[in-house]
Amino acid sequence: MTGAQILIHYLEDEGVEHLWGYPGGAVLPIYDALDTDAKNLSHILVRHEQAAVHAADGYARSTGKPGVVLVTSGPGATNAVTGIATAYMDSIPMICITGQVPTGMIGLDAFQEIDTVGVTRPIVKHNFLVKNVDDLASTLKKAFYLATTGRPGPVVIDIPKDVQNAKSTYAFPQEVEMRSYLPITKGHGGQIKKAVEMMLSSKRPVLYTGGGVILGDASAELVELTHKLGFPITQTLMGLGAFPASDKQSVGMLGMHGTYEANLSMHNSDLIIAIGARFDDRVTGNLEKFCPDAKIIHVDIDPASISKNVLVDIPIVGPVKQVLTEMLRILDKTDLTMDQEALDDWWLQIEGWRATNCLRYDSAGVKIKPQAAVEAVWKSTKGDAYVSSDVGQHQMFAAQYYPFDKPRRWLNSGGLGTMGFGLPAAMGAKMAFPDETVLCITGEGSIQMNIQELSTCLQYGLSVKIICLNNGFLGMVRQWQEFFYERRYSMSYMDSLPDFVKLTESYGHVGIRIDDPKTLQAQLDEVFSEKYKNRLVFVDIITDQQENVYPMIPAGAGLNEMILV
Amino acid sequence: MKHIISMLIENESGALSRVSGLFSARGYNIHALTVAPTEDDSLSRLTLVTSGTSQEVEQIVKHLNRLIDVVKVLDLTEGLHIERELMLIKLSATGDTREEYKRLVDIFRGDIVDVTATTYTVQMVGKSTKLDAFIEVIDPGLILETVRSGTVGVMRGEKCLHL
Ligand SMILES: Cc1ncc(C[n+]2csc(CCOP(=O)(O)OP(=O)(O)O)c2C)c(N)n1
Ligand SMILES: [Mg+2]
Repeated sequence: MTGAQILIHYLEDEGVEHLWGYPGGAVLPIYDALDTDAKNLSHILVRHEQAAVHAADGYARSTGKPGVVLVTSGPGATNAVTGIATAYMDSIPMICITGQVPTGMIGLDAFQEIDTVGVTRPIVKHNFLVKNVDDLASTLKKAFYLATTGRPGPVVIDIPKDVQNAKSTYAFPQEVEMRSYLPITKGHGGQIKKAVEMMLSSKRPVLYTGGGVILGDASAELVELTHKLGFPITQTLMGLGAFPASDKQSVGMLGMHGTYEANLSMHNSDLIIAIGARFDDRVTGNLEKFCPDAKIIHVDIDPASISKNVLVDIPIVGPVKQVLTEMLRILDKTDLTMDQEALDDWWLQIEGWRATNCLRYDSAGVKIKPQAAVEAVWKSTKGDAYVSSDVGQHQMFAAQYYPFDKPRRWLNSGGLGTMGFGLPAAMGAKMAFPDETVLCITGEGSIQMNIQELSTCLQYGLSVKIICLNNGFLGMVRQWQEFFYERRYSMSYMDSLPDFVKLTESYGHVGIRIDDPKTLQAQLDEVFSEKYKNRLVFVDIITDQQENVYPMIPAGAGLNEMILV
Repeated sequence: MKHIISMLIENESGALSRVSGLFSARGYNIHALTVAPTEDDSLSRLTLVTSGTSQEVEQIVKHLNRLIDVVKVLDLTEGLHIERELMLIKLSATGDTREEYKRLVDIFRGDIVDVTATTYTVQMVGKSTKLDAFIEVIDPGLILETVRSGTVGVMRGEKCLHL
């Protein structure tokens, strides 16, 4: 078999269903093998390599399985970089296969040569340049192993064209061993026990959970633990859905645009139990003012995440699922009891904060409020859709007003904050769940960063629903300029916008404009009705241009210094 | 405080740049770095000197451990260890200074390994602080060239850095 054939056979044997890619000179042998050898593997031809990576990413986030990408050398690889970095920042399992110029030409500035391994080094979990076809299958095995175990992440495999053409024998490698990579499989028993004791002796505890719970498939354990303890729980932007938002114990998202009750619970707590969260600056606010009275327990699979930004009292390195299971086991047989009176008082205080109803907004008026649009989408979809988002105000409105009750439903670029992520990510989820409702909440700025994918959606019948909160502004930029730059709206106004309805129609889809609050719900109900089940619908919702995202913690402030309205 | 971090890395192209890239990307400093093969040709030994609070250095070690090509990491400064650095220093040596330098080199237990009518090349091995001290006693105007290998080290006693 040739290297190219080995690659295709390997991917099929690994159980890969979809390959997102774009051809070019340095991957022609692979594309040929795809034509001659692929049986179950489906290839989706995107319109820009960045979208291939985001789509594979959306597939990975919604399914938990690694996304797989194939691009050519040089510009193919550099176009993929933003997508790889996006996956890296959010620890998404992904394999990105890049073509490379023949080994003999590497270093000679050959046509479409780029040092892909060098360019991607800081944004991958690991990368490989395969110089010998005999190493190809074992390298692929290592790549999948690395991408999907421990703290997941993207792995790039750069394959020179001559290696794709060279012949070798192929057998699916059953085993993989890497002496320098031993992912941790168990948290330290003693530390877990100490943590449980600390939890039971706390008076104002709060669970602070993040994307790690979803990546570690530990939602069920988290729900059980939270119910058993009776503690309030707040989730990060990346963690939404791991614990049901509709549960009374949930105090909502925390951080810069989190709820009042979440941020004040954190600030006033005497114990923070951080699970699969990484104390990101958008969560902590000013570190010097961060949670002055709190002791911290931190559960994470990655030791480097622990005590990186905030010093913790009890570090527990291990897979979230195993650690939570062990906590539950200890809780079941311990003689220690909680100070129930203190916990009741704590809840009383939290209910007081909750009563400020910090997410209320003024819905009167002739313009559609973006918050109302998201709430209406939630109603139309019964809160049960796969929702991707782009980056900006609409992303925050989506996180705040589309409460998620299940994990892997909310797909967003939290770490890198990549505009252009939304549509391709929705495509990835739709490919995985063709019968489910998949929608993308976006802005008129972000959608234009990967709008070309409307064409891919037509080709593959990806009937996602695009909800564009069109405020005519790079709204999040405008908001910061309003608050911090004396309303000098430098370059945040989106002039010369296309007619999105016509544009969508020219791509062969359905375009609908909504600009009246009175018809908002009915029009959205129709969008999500049987009528459009198999159509991509682009919903251009003209929203109030002046609306801002509240609450907000300004840069440099503490969690207790929120601007409410 | 200075820390000497010693590690075994895969003897593969790119392994070194993963380590140095980590330092530049995360803003950690490298005072010195040295890398060479070991008796096992699949491994290289890399030693680097960095500085920071113990918390910072702990974080550095955690990040190094995360690199797939890094097999083992040890902060030598945490325990009893031996550290050495090699220096070749070329001095302008004429007239009276020739005798004076010879005496100084003896005191520092160095060797003069190359001599011309106007220069001495001195080889000196020791702790980095000893090499610093030697440089300090030489008139800076008479130093023609300094080459230092960077620190290498091992733990004292039976303790080893191995697989
Ligand atoms: C690729 C990229 N470029 C720039 C930014 C900075 N940025 C963050 S939000 C934003 C505005 C987004 O505008 P729009 O998509 O219309 O969303 P809105 O905030 O108006 O809801 C910009 C420019 C980014 N996050 N990503
Ligand atoms: Mg906008």
